[in-house]
Amino acid sequence: MRRPGRWIATAVLLFVLVAVAESVATNPRFEWGTVGDYFFSARILHGLVLTLELTVIAMAIGIVLGVVLAVMRLSPNPLVSATSWVYIWFFRGTPVLVQILFWSFIAALYPQISLGIPFGGPVFVHGDANALITPFAAAILALGLNEAAYMAEIVRAGIISVDEGQTEAASALGMTRLQTMRRIVLPQAMRVIVPPTGNETISMLKTSSLVSVVAIAELLYAAELIYAVNFKQIPLLLTISIWYLIFTTVLSIGQYYIERHFGRGTARAQPPTPLQRLRRSLAIRHAQVPPDPGPRP
Amino acid sequence: MNADAATTPMVLAQAVHKSFGRLEVLKGVSLEVAPSQVLCLLGPSGSGKSTFLRCVNHLEKIDAGRLYVDGELVGYRQVGDKLHELRDGEVARKRSQIGMVFQRFNLFPHMTAIENVAEAPQLVRGVSRAEARSAASALLARVGLTDKERAYPAQLSGGQQQRVAIARALAMRPKLMLFDEPTSALDPELVGEVLDVMRRLAAEGMTMIVVSHEIGFAREVADAAAFMDDGVIVETGVPREVFADPQHERTRAFLSKVL
Repeated sequence: MRRPGRWIATAVLLFVLVAVAESVATNPRFEWGTVGDYFFSARILHGLVLTLELTVIAMAIGIVLGVVLAVMRLSPNPLVSATSWVYIWFFRGTPVLVQILFWSFIAALYPQISLGIPFGGPVFVHGDANALITPFAAAILALGLNEAAYMAEIVRAGIISVDEGQTEAASALGMTRLQTMRRIVLPQAMRVIVPPTGNETISMLKTSSLVSVVAIAELLYAAELIYAVNFKQIPLLLTISIWYLIFTTVLSIGQYYIERHFGRGTARAQPPTPLQRLRRSLAIRHAQVPPDPGPRP
Repeated sequence: MNADAATTPMVLAQAVHKSFGRLEVLKGVSLEVAPSQVLCLLGPSGSGKSTFLRCVNHLEKIDAGRLYVDGELVGYRQVGDKLHELRDGEVARKRSQIGMVFQRFNLFPHMTAIENVAEAPQLVRGVSRAEARSAASALLARVGLTDKERAYPAQLSGGQQQRVAIARALAMRPKLMLFDEPTSALDPELVGEVLDVMRRLAAEGMTMIVVSHEIGFAREVADAAAFMDDGVIVETGVPREVFADPQHERTRAFLSKVL
């Protein structure tokens, strides 16, 4: 037998896999029936929607603020650059769980919040901090502001990766610094920025479960509320794990196509997507079928 | 400011100095390029040719001396005795009138050839998309790349990329074109197609400063050749005469290596 090691490894792995599958399928305490019952229950679905909302809004804040911070960090003005540095230092240097709790207790620090022009200017919004910063707003602020610090470093790495000749060529054509950044540098930086941003989004989907500590009924807390009553912890944790897996998979696929979009112009030809490959191989299989003996158009 | 066009030089450099840290790269460069003139700047690498070229469109700031393009100071405004640096937007506006072609092409890799050419007129001049596209299409035809409009730079040969880069610079309708060793990064068999485009441009009356080692091109196309060494211009003259009978020792040493 050639390559005995390979055969042995295959046999061992198969054995382990079958054993695990057998146990998962037959151990009644997994309660797959209960998982099925709760999978589409209103409270779980509501929690899922909240989780997705938290992820999307927090990432949107993180990306927009992250780009601003990255551009500030690269500014020739030392005050602007230092401000960005301090922001990143602070928000990256404290645990996000602490930041979530901090924002939820903000009313203890600033009982009244006003938005307006300081030192006697007009006031646009004024109110009680507890009313303005709801638990949901606190969660969004904590996740979004924390994410911005990480996104800033990702975006900065992307901007630095773009060849200096690009900026020079754009300047020589008469583009201003901002025009160059927006039209020439950032689109190229995207190739470096997108993959880690995809990771951040997937990470955010799961990190959002931390806000369960401030009693927001997102996916995890929704499950917790249910099993606090019926004590079916395992099936409910399985239910939400499956939902998390489904959405991280969807995000990974989305990331693949976004990467392709920003990769244009770098490779001479883009490799086909898995879908295109499937279609192509099906077409080849069709072509290999013996030709129809009857008359053809 | 613009005196009689016939007497205003397109480029006027007076004792231009430039240092990078403690390294003095330009030690007082003075030269003049008349409108429609083609000047070829020659010299060994490290002599300051490229740095001077980059000073002309303010990609580098000069430390001392005066540099004028079309009668206007480059990068500064003179008020009385003092020079005030221009704002980003003003520098950009002036640069848009000077085309530059780089050794390594520096095409925008995420845009097709036609997008490379049409981008700046839309962004900087506010030309409509349709108008910029049709102008870009005409320019690509002029450099012989009609069939490559939709190709990305990575799909083009070096010579084709450099021709797109020339078309991109021309799209801004510059009054002056700067060429920074435009053929140095090309395979020998691709040099000719780029020089052909430059030759036609010169014949159409474009004012050009060309940093190049292409002696043949300089002899045939340039109105003047300036030889630079160690941060100063050593010798200037009609190319044919400079090449046939160099007056300066250093010019002779350089020419003996490249001819």
